[in-house]
Amino acid sequence: MLAKRIIPCLDVRDGKVVKGVNFVGIKEVGDPVECAIEYDRQGADEICFLDITATHEGRKTMTDVVRKTAQHVFVPLTVGGGIGTVEDFREILRAGADKVSVNSAAVKNPQLIADAARIFGSQCVVAAIDARRDEKGNFHVVVHGGRKDTGLDALEWAKRCQELGAGEILLTSMDTDGCRDGFDLELTRAVCDRVSIPVIASGGCGKLEHFSEVFEKTGADAALAASLFHFRELTVEQVKEHLREENIPVRRNGK
Amino acid sequence: MIGIIDYGAGNLFSVKNALDYLGVENCVTGDREEIEKADGLILPGVGAFPDAMDMLEKRGLTEVIRREALKKPLLGICLGMQLLFEKSFEFKETEGLGLIPGQVVRIDGKGLKIPHMGWNDLRVLNPCAMTENMEKEPYVYFVHSFRAETEDENISCYTVYGEEIPALVHRGMVYGAQFHPEKSGKTGLRMLENFARLVSV
Repeated sequence: MLAKRIIPCLDVRDGKVVKGVNFVGIKEVGDPVECAIEYDRQGADEICFLDITATHEGRKTMTDVVRKTAQHVFVPLTVGGGIGTVEDFREILRAGADKVSVNSAAVKNPQLIADAARIFGSQCVVAAIDARRDEKGNFHVVVHGGRKDTGLDALEWAKRCQELGAGEILLTSMDTDGCRDGFDLELTRAVCDRVSIPVIASGGCGKLEHFSEVFEKTGADAALAASLFHFRELTVEQVKEHLREENIPVRRNGK
Repeated sequence: MIGIIDYGAGNLFSVKNALDYLGVENCVTGDREEIEKADGLILPGVGAFPDAMDMLEKRGLTEVIRREALKKPLLGICLGMQLLFEKSFEFKETEGLGLIPGQVVRIDGKGLKIPHMGWNDLRVLNPCAMTENMEKEPYVYFVHSFRAETEDENISCYTVYGEEIPALVHRGMVYGAQFHPEKSGKTGLRMLENFARLVSV
């Protein structure tokens, strides 16, 4: 039976892991390669790096981080943040990433998803969507760490991403991110209803029950968390143990 | 020395990284002589069946692989596994390497998401060298939309995704993994180690 995936995410700036709360007030902690190795040991099903560096030098550092990680960690690696061109895809994939996530660049130029899917295959194109409710309760796509509302309808955009060739959707709710009150079930359910590609729920988990909840109440295929794992409040092992108790299929880590 | 066959399709470096990590001597090559010299071969692959066969053909590798597969262990991974069969129906009917009887067809899915992507468990039908020392409930990482159709005797392990899908196939010295052992954590590394042991004995 296909297992639900648990994906720790590492926010990386200038080669160091950081974690922001609601994308502001970023704190610095740790070496990304070491963190990835630890998550792999705990049984992470996939590891996600989000590059929050804007500079060219930072991008090079990220490529090195990916290269080193890929030499020690043998689960899928997803890398995102600042990917703007097919060349960026190529560089990150060559360094050893399995999937690349695109966010604002795809909003600006949807053709990027189509081009990357055609050249590298849909399986490595992840459409990262940050969504926020407006006052009427409609979900909008926001970019630049939530600072800019694009006005795009998030549910329509998710569908469009699939049509363009994205293989997966990484869905972050800007309303629940950092709040630790649970994943955004309404948003996740709405997106899962509209697409037939896997959806990764992100933003808002604060305790074990939030993981079982998102799998029981939505069609999410995977759940992503950053600070919860990073600050060692929970380990991936604990999350999986809990899911197993709730009869949700998860992968046991090989010995 | 294991030769990882480079024909322009896909993720060679993950396979190389995994073998390096295991301390297994290997080289990435598209050269016929090097392929002949290698003690074992890995045929990776990501993408579509017709393109991959086309690329093998253009590089003049189809015949050398068919020939060498009779002499030494060969492991096809993902699309590389599918290429081992007689034919595929991805986009159009295309002839494969024909090293294992059977064909490649679209996954039925029955309302499930396609591609079949993520970690799924292996169920052993016929143990083989690659399944040695495998733990209970082994999970491995899959990404594919097509699947092999072959006799049970060629299937070492299968997985279930709406239907039974051959996951590890085996005939003579030819092995094929529909999943990515190089991305399947310790379970996958152990299988690659088993394959490498076959090569060195």
